[in-house]
Amino acid sequence: MAGLDKRVATYEQALEGLTDNMTVLAGGFGLCGIPENLIAEIKRRGVKGLTVVSNNCGVDGFGLGVLLEDHQIRKMVASYVGENAEFERQLLSGELEVELTPQGTLAEKMRAGGAGIPAFFTATGYGTPVAEGKEVREFNGRKYILEEAITGDFAIVKGWKADHYGNVVYRNTAQNFNPLAATAGKITVVEVEEIVEPGVLLPTEIHTPGIYVDRVIVGTFEKRIEKRTVKA
Amino acid sequence: MALTREQMAQRVARELKDGYYVNLGIGIPTLVANYVPADMEVMLQSENGLLGMGEFPTEAQLDADMINAGKQTVTARIGASIFNSAESFAMIRGGHVDLTVLGAFEVDVEGNIASWMIPGKLVKGMGGAMDLVAGADNIIVTMTHASKDGESKLLPRCSLPLTGAGCIRKVLTDLAYLEIENGAFILRETAPGVTVEEIIEKTAGKLIVADDVKEMTF
Repeated sequence: MAGLDKRVATYEQALEGLTDNMTVLAGGFGLCGIPENLIAEIKRRGVKGLTVVSNNCGVDGFGLGVLLEDHQIRKMVASYVGENAEFERQLLSGELEVELTPQGTLAEKMRAGGAGIPAFFTATGYGTPVAEGKEVREFNGRKYILEEAITGDFAIVKGWKADHYGNVVYRNTAQNFNPLAATAGKITVVEVEEIVEPGVLLPTEIHTPGIYVDRVIVGTFEKRIEKRTVKA
Repeated sequence: MALTREQMAQRVARELKDGYYVNLGIGIPTLVANYVPADMEVMLQSENGLLGMGEFPTEAQLDADMINAGKQTVTARIGASIFNSAESFAMIRGGHVDLTVLGAFEVDVEGNIASWMIPGKLVKGMGGAMDLVAGADNIIVTMTHASKDGESKLLPRCSLPLTGAGCIRKVLTDLAYLEIENGAFILRETAPGVTVEEIIEKTAGKLIVADDVKEMTF
């Protein structure tokens, strides 16, 4: 890697340095906008004991679900983990630890982590099991709980287009958690459908500025649809 | 007769106002989109990061990168915007959404809601529900009045772990429209043909029948 050219040629290089027991932040909502090939590379590397932070954990055989097959995930931080039989099995048998986090709190934890804010107060979850053990403060007559930020050793991100500076744009609702994960990784790796020449992406349209991005790789994507719904 | 799912959606739609931004949960709330009056413009927010959700796509429009919070493929309408999840929940938590409609297992006279976890059963997660109930001022809960075994879901105190505390003011069941005020359910409207007596019998929490209680018409 030379200077500000973040491109890498292989997925092996893209996740160089990923080792056992690390924390990985992953973009995606359901199967939409997930870093498919980076997940496949984690599987190939066989690293174990991972803490994975992502809104969901894929489905059986696709997305983050493939990392369950070889017990690579020790702990999952997510807001919703349905649609995955192997996940349920490992959860019930105690092989897998899960920290369920409200979706907006999860997004804000990543945003805060990337922005150097160690914790924040939110009304979300006050009076619920989520608030257990957390500091409560009252502001203007309303109760809020203290939630801590999240950062990762790696962030794996799926973009649409990037340039070699690591400036990224996302396509439609495949954006979701991706730009947030991108800010909060010690090493942020973005896989995209296309790497364009510098200057093609307009400064005004960049979703993730290159300063957050360490490595960029171009891949091909299956983009599986979880709930195909069409007009009658 | 108890309201059908479609009638429940129709009744909720009467709470819409021109210019509203609305978040609709999964199930009956989703059907509300079918009953937006033609002379009214509302924008639907989907918490995965879409403001201005449109209809389901045609086969030709189908796009894996365009889904709603229920993970269904959708379209974006004219005037829509797309953003990241933190921005999406800033709108929700910041109180910018005018109306939120969502389902529940139980509500109680203090405005508590339980909708995500049944101890002993597998817990799949709260998704965005806790953020939605904490962030919105104007929430309508849609659910059946009683369980299949006849157990009331309108309680003195929720028995299940909460989704949010003291945040619910309006409940539409298949039997009635009620508001929650000062530690009681206020019966405002009955479903067509459903008696006040039946609703009293099926409401476990304190119930006050409004002086001007009305029967819904469709």
